[in-house]
Amino acid sequence: MANTMLEVKDLSTKYVTRFNEGVYAVDRVSLKVEEGKSLGIAGESGCGKSTLALSLMGYYFPPLHYMNGDITINGNNISGLKAEDVRKTILGKEVAYIPQAAMNALNPTRKIIHFIEDVILEHEMYVTKKDIYGRAKKLFETLGLPPEVLQKYPVELSGGMKQRTVIAISVMLLPKVLIADEPSSALDVTSQKMVIKMLKHLMEAGFISSMIFITHELPLLYNVVDDIMVMYAGQIVEKGSSHEMVFDPIHPYSKGLMGSIIVPEKGLRDVKLTAIPGVPPNLKKPPAGCRFAERCRFVRPECRVTDVAMREAEHGRMYRCIIPEAELREAYAREEHKNG
Amino acid sequence: MDKEKKPYLSAKGVTKSFGFGRQKTVAVDNINLDLYEGEVISIVGESGSGKTTLSKVLLGLINQTSGDVYFQGVKRDISSQARKREYWKNIQAIFQDPFSSYNIFNKIDSVLLDCINMRGGVYFPREKKTEMMIEACSFVNLKFEELTNKYPFELSGGQMQRLMIARIFLLQPKILLADEPTSMIDACSRATILDELMHLRKEVGMTIIFITHDIGLAYYVSDNVYIMEKGRFVESGAADDVILRPKEPYTQRLINDVPKIYEEWDLSTV
Repeated sequence: MANTMLEVKDLSTKYVTRFNEGVYAVDRVSLKVEEGKSLGIAGESGCGKSTLALSLMGYYFPPLHYMNGDITINGNNISGLKAEDVRKTILGKEVAYIPQAAMNALNPTRKIIHFIEDVILEHEMYVTKKDIYGRAKKLFETLGLPPEVLQKYPVELSGGMKQRTVIAISVMLLPKVLIADEPSSALDVTSQKMVIKMLKHLMEAGFISSMIFITHELPLLYNVVDDIMVMYAGQIVEKGSSHEMVFDPIHPYSKGLMGSIIVPEKGLRDVKLTAIPGVPPNLKKPPAGCRFAERCRFVRPECRVTDVAMREAEHGRMYRCIIPEAELREAYAREEHKNG
Repeated sequence: MDKEKKPYLSAKGVTKSFGFGRQKTVAVDNINLDLYEGEVISIVGESGSGKTTLSKVLLGLINQTSGDVYFQGVKRDISSQARKREYWKNIQAIFQDPFSSYNIFNKIDSVLLDCINMRGGVYFPREKKTEMMIEACSFVNLKFEELTNKYPFELSGGQMQRLMIARIFLLQPKILLADEPTSMIDACSRATILDELMHLRKEVGMTIIFITHDIGLAYYVSDNVYIMEKGRFVESGAADDVILRPKEPYTQRLINDVPKIYEEWDLSTV
């Protein structure tokens, strides 16, 4: 049994707007990441992926508020800690977070080595700048980044290099869990591949023990992670291994998502893309019953009445739908038959 | 494609450079392009390859340094504002960023109303105009009643991009230039936008130029693909040939770097 690096039970968080309305962006999410595994979170924009990433760190600042649930990182329960304590003891050491536009986070007036000094001095008291430089140089060399970067200003680096530098800085203190929120969405394909290669290298070389990867690009997710979780309107709707999720989704929403994949490979032009009509619900007043009911093709009257619980399927897969797996599969087969 | 036909829009030796002397940058370098009626082409390239500059030259938003653009066999004349307006009745664009494509002070109704007025020629009574606007909105699966009296910032990115398509539906230009129409919206809305563009092509019989960095998208929608590197076309031809059997090393690298799901994605090549 591998060690559990990150375990979350029934985590709910909300945003409070300036009119004192709650936006319930993460609703009773439970997940578990084991040592050496990576987890991907997929979903449309506005379904709570990034909020979940922020909530997982336990670092809450307004307008994001913690409601309930437990977050356990490497055996320590961090839920309910003050933001300042979390920043000092957890961030960087236990959990590292790469936000969406990470490369814009670099202050243009400071050299790269200064950011690394900041990170290390915040957590360790008695280190000299010379030591820090040595450590940084060693890390950059192992990660395949030229050490000259350390003495440069952010504007002197290209977008891909900046992104990789930010990732290198974030793993400086060897965190247990790395949360990467769309680390490559602003890059072109070649730089994206370099970033992915580096993330995989980090896992293999033991810089990080596990990774959570968030993106809406499913082909990328399929190539990076072991397990995929699909999120919709703040809830998890399906969970499974990446191969099963891409080629054999159960939930109607995942089915719709997988139908929108575009890859430059043979056979793509014969496939008809399926689009999901409509928009995700407003999370200020989440609908009663199944949140996907408005847009679902197989909606039934009982869907809108009560909350739908997660159901288990084979190989430890989970899905949140009122209709049993066998019936859903039958419906998909019928549709495929109809489309020829 | 019938090669006997005259090209609809063609660019001959179009070059655009910025700056002088040592700082001179040639963004578009001697591009030749023929576009036939009803065709869908894609211009694919990485950031900085000059795609957007080329699209701006084709649209007449900036002037080329040398070379000519021919429209329906005649050299394009955009020397005055009135002539530009005349030219823009034939060629319209959807831009990358839907959030900055609208005038923030205008309500959605007036955005659509402007399109009807821009067509010119025929006078429509008010009821007819409303009817046309409702038709255009329902074409892109938007509800007109929900949009009236709203400002562009009240819509989501996907809705704005679809409204852009509704504009194109009202204007019915001969050529549509779509400059990264799906790069700012997520993968799920992307399928919707593409479906609607293809539907539009079927209904109106439009010629479409896609400018994109997404090779999958280019392969899915287009008849012909042009691969652009540093202002030049390095490879062009039918989509199946270029994407499935690339010859140039640049194209091969580009296609290798896109994540795949059916084949293995080789990470060792970077």
